[in-house]
Amino acid sequence: MIPASFEYHRPQDMAGVLAVLEEHGDDARVMAGGHSLIPMMKLRMADVPHLIDLQDVGGMSDIDVGESSIRIGAMVTQAEIIDHAGLAAAAPILREAALQIADPQVRYMGTVGGNVANGDPGNDMPGLMQCLDASFTVVGPDGERDITAREFYEAAYMTAREDDEVLTAVTIPTPKGGYAYEKQKRKIGDYATAAAAVQIVKDGDSCASAAIAMTNLSDTPVYSVDAGNALVGTSVDKAALDAAVAAMLGDIDPTEDNRGPVAFKNHVAGVILRRAIERAWSRA
Amino acid sequence: MSKKMHIKLNVNGKNEEFLAEPRELLIYTLRERLNITGPHIGCETSHCGACTVTINGKSVKSCTMFVAQADGAEVTTIEGLGGPDDLHPLQEAFKEHHGLQCGYCTPGMITRATKLLEENPNPTEEEIRFGMAGNICRCTGYQNIVKSIQAAAAEMNAAKEAAE
Repeated sequence: MIPASFEYHRPQDMAGVLAVLEEHGDDARVMAGGHSLIPMMKLRMADVPHLIDLQDVGGMSDIDVGESSIRIGAMVTQAEIIDHAGLAAAAPILREAALQIADPQVRYMGTVGGNVANGDPGNDMPGLMQCLDASFTVVGPDGERDITAREFYEAAYMTAREDDEVLTAVTIPTPKGGYAYEKQKRKIGDYATAAAAVQIVKDGDSCASAAIAMTNLSDTPVYSVDAGNALVGTSVDKAALDAAVAAMLGDIDPTEDNRGPVAFKNHVAGVILRRAIERAWSRA
Repeated sequence: MSKKMHIKLNVNGKNEEFLAEPRELLIYTLRERLNITGPHIGCETSHCGACTVTINGKSVKSCTMFVAQADGAEVTTIEGLGGPDDLHPLQEAFKEHHGLQCGYCTPGMITRATKLLEENPNPTEEEIRFGMAGNICRCTGYQNIVKSIQAAAAEMNAAKEAAE
């Protein structure tokens, strides 16, 4: 499986990246770890006449855990997310999710930026970032701008990032309360049949707030406002769980594929969300 | 055809320089250009791990890296770990504990396991299974692979203690 030929660019700074993007427009694509793009190029599903390798650009490999927010450079790998003790303490859901992505070899190469920017509905980080209300920093010819994760995804592989922009960082408000990232997959390395990201804040015995997002159950990640609202003010009892699952099922739109028919996916989505809420609540 | 690039690699301690198209996948560079045939081509879709090598200290599936990306890198393959007369403790343990049957996945398994033991010199069975999850074996059922890695870890830890 040899991809079509391409011109290889390895700029030393972001100005160099933007210059290649400006010169070649749609014909150029940036690449971080390459573990989504290279398989697509090998299958000739992605045609990339000008490939821009970001490995030498620098400035995108830091994890900064601040008082109220966390900033993760786009080139931070899943392995680095897993190994970062400060991050695991401040936002343990990131580590829990990263451990469920692909396999060890892929996690050494796969980056947070690539995972969120690619727009593949199967990627786990987009739903997680919607749950956490993250925002993405992109830089282009007109400078920097931030786009919230909840507004970033338009359709499969279609995002609010323009073709001449590069996603450079992810910023997350420091999460509060209990958390869970629950994923059902057929085998190691597979995308989710269904996955749920849940973050819950408890006040006494009742739920003060809840954020819920689902992965690979539509052509974009699904942030379900109604599912979260169904838990707020309840003691997260069976009736509240049933209501949250019903609300979530109203928001997702799975399609039949080799992971199963629609009815099965709806069933698995319900099971996974129920587990995720129960686990997040137990940790809240 | 795109223009060829001047590539420099250090493979198993030896410097290599050649011209290659950037789209050449590293596994083909190793096997067909440099005749380093330990890393195998299994699935060619980054699932099976038969092509696993170590690049700049990371376990990488060399079917999912362009040679252009690896320009300037240090690469270690199974050939760099030990030979017939000086087996690496992992090679010895796989032989001793029947950690292979057909042997096709073995170079990738052992190369990945060296990195696993470097990061976690005393892994539990669960940690081994999790850390080796990117390598597929169709023969052994993994039981003896786990046993081999545990035995190699014990051997390597004992050797380290003896040296101290």
